[in-house]
Amino acid sequence: MMDILGKRKIWYTISITILAIGLLFLAINGLNFGIDFQGGTLLEFKFDQQVSNENVRNVLSDINIAVDSKIQQSNTQGIYGVLIRAKELTPQEISDVEEGLRDAYPSTEMLRTQMVGPVIGQELRTKALLALLIASIAIVLYISVRFEFRFAIVAIITLMHDVLITLGIFAILGKEINTAFIAALLTIIGYSINDTIVIFDRIRENMKLMHKTPFEQLANSAVIDTLPRSINTSLTTLITILAIYLFGGASIKIFMLALFIGMFAGTYSSIFVASPLLVTWTNKVKNK
Amino acid sequence: MKYKQKRMLKFIFIIAVVALAVFLYFNNSINLGLDLQGGSHIVLQAQPTEERPITNEVMTGIQSVIERRVNQLGLSEPVIQREGSDRIIVELPAIDNPNEAIETIGRTAVLTFRNSAGQVLLTGEYIKNATADYDQYGRPVVSFEMNNEGSDRFEEITSQYIGQKIGIYLDDELLTNPTVQDTISGRGQITGYESVEAAQKDAILIREGSLPVPVKVVESMTVGPTLGEISIQKSLIAGLIGLAFVAVYMMFYYRFPGVLAALVLIIYGILLMGTLAGLQATLTLPGIAGLILSIGMAVDANIIIFERIKDERKSGKTLRASIDAGFKRAYMTIIDANVTTIITALILAYFTSGTVRGFAVTLGIGVLVSMFTAFFITRNVIDLFTHSSLLQSDAAFGAKRR
Repeated sequence: MMDILGKRKIWYTISITILAIGLLFLAINGLNFGIDFQGGTLLEFKFDQQVSNENVRNVLSDINIAVDSKIQQSNTQGIYGVLIRAKELTPQEISDVEEGLRDAYPSTEMLRTQMVGPVIGQELRTKALLALLIASIAIVLYISVRFEFRFAIVAIITLMHDVLITLGIFAILGKEINTAFIAALLTIIGYSINDTIVIFDRIRENMKLMHKTPFEQLANSAVIDTLPRSINTSLTTLITILAIYLFGGASIKIFMLALFIGMFAGTYSSIFVASPLLVTWTNKVKNK
Repeated sequence: MKYKQKRMLKFIFIIAVVALAVFLYFNNSINLGLDLQGGSHIVLQAQPTEERPITNEVMTGIQSVIERRVNQLGLSEPVIQREGSDRIIVELPAIDNPNEAIETIGRTAVLTFRNSAGQVLLTGEYIKNATADYDQYGRPVVSFEMNNEGSDRFEEITSQYIGQKIGIYLDDELLTNPTVQDTISGRGQITGYESVEAAQKDAILIREGSLPVPVKVVESMTVGPTLGEISIQKSLIAGLIGLAFVAVYMMFYYRFPGVLAALVLIIYGILLMGTLAGLQATLTLPGIAGLILSIGMAVDANIIIFERIKDERKSGKTLRASIDAGFKRAYMTIIDANVTTIITALILAYFTSGTVRGFAVTLGIGVLVSMFTAFFITRNVIDLFTHSSLLQSDAAFGAKRR
């Protein structure tokens, strides 16, 4: 039988290396918070011809908001789009941008406008953190009741591992953190726990059936036995996510990218982090 | 005979559940969120002034003025509701110039008549009616009419200011600055509009009155109908492609049971849509993502069950015994694994709002329906085929491999 848990030092090294690189980038680059968290305005327009960034900037400077604005082309499938990120604008200013563009380019069509005041951004950050914290506590409680306390703590460490890896990769890529990203993080938490529990469930079962076998051995056979399920489930889930990432709309891409990274980390960690940690913990307690 | 009767019952059960879902789907509707069909979501926050703190009465006043303005703009099915102590949420369907409408809705709209020194002589509270119109030269104007008290005052003021200018302001915007020619009673015209539409907007604001305190737009989101269409088409296609891949993979790996799993997935899709319609849920773009994710969870439940049956088969049990034992052992795993997801979905739905909540709600409903499907539909579908050679074969459930 494959000895996955015996090689746990290798898995720990891999995880710690990836985490360290991610955290390093987090510390240096920080996270690229979207307007939902920082406050600001996002405007997207569509034209029937290409409109250059300079031309858009000219319109913006008539309303005196050109200095603080970032302009980006967003062409997809024959649509000439322009994305403008600006500071927090008043409804009057937003209207002025739209009118200014329409005067210069009659084909202008507004695709979306989003304005978030700084108060709302702050509220969202607080709420998101609170939701993460409470979800973690609730999960620890549930697993402690259904399994044992050490299972709960290991599960939480594992999900923090997955969340940190996702955050780290987003810091490396400089991708934007928005509300959808928070939803993705929470999904990753749910999935990571789900994945870990399926293996823990088998360990729990083995503890009952093979109570004479050393913990490390019964945990290892649990991991091996659930391996087909782990692979099949993560493959089918990752296929779906990849399909939506590739074929879905632009607004859903960040969400799907986060899910893909997180789910991948989740599958890896349930096999190579959660169960090894449980073995390390159990051995430490026994040796005392 | 007894077995055949049981099998008939199981078949009827599946058909009945599916029929109920189809019935719910066609008798209710799944609402599309504004990110999918276009529309606006605006959060207004009342700003207290020195004279007026924010009270319940003030908020009720703001709400009713905004309701009247929205109705006057001719928007169908608006949602206007209070949130917290000082906020009002306005949701509008997709319209031609949403950003202009938002600007109109959020204006304080205090009408004042001021002399050249900027002193306020009269306010708009005496105005009885205001309409957009054309004057004798064909220019767009707003014609207004005052009540009796206003007429008396206006007469007094105009007689006092003959030959001087009186500016008419809407908030701090000077609309017109005419020189008083003669004493004017209760009627007047505001000129200087570029179009009758512009006059129409100010007429609504003047007629429906000002807000008791100013409001600030603290959050607004507007999606044009085009983007919504692009999103829903793309997401649907993407979801279907994903599902097709999953179905093919399941059939390849688990053989005939994989075909049954694909069938169960289709039934799951019908049950899910029926449930969402029955609950009259609102589907947003992240909501669709939540649904697709819950499809993943539904597939997972089937994989867990099949893997358990496979293990039992390998230990030499008969097919019937393997199926019984496999399901029994899979129940606990599926429940423990899904309860944590449901906990996360519940907490997310409680603490967040808007599109993220839409995601949490559909994920939660999706996971619940997927558990129901795994326990009752998969079980019965498999039972229907227990005597089929397709299930009896060694390749079924992937038991031959490894």
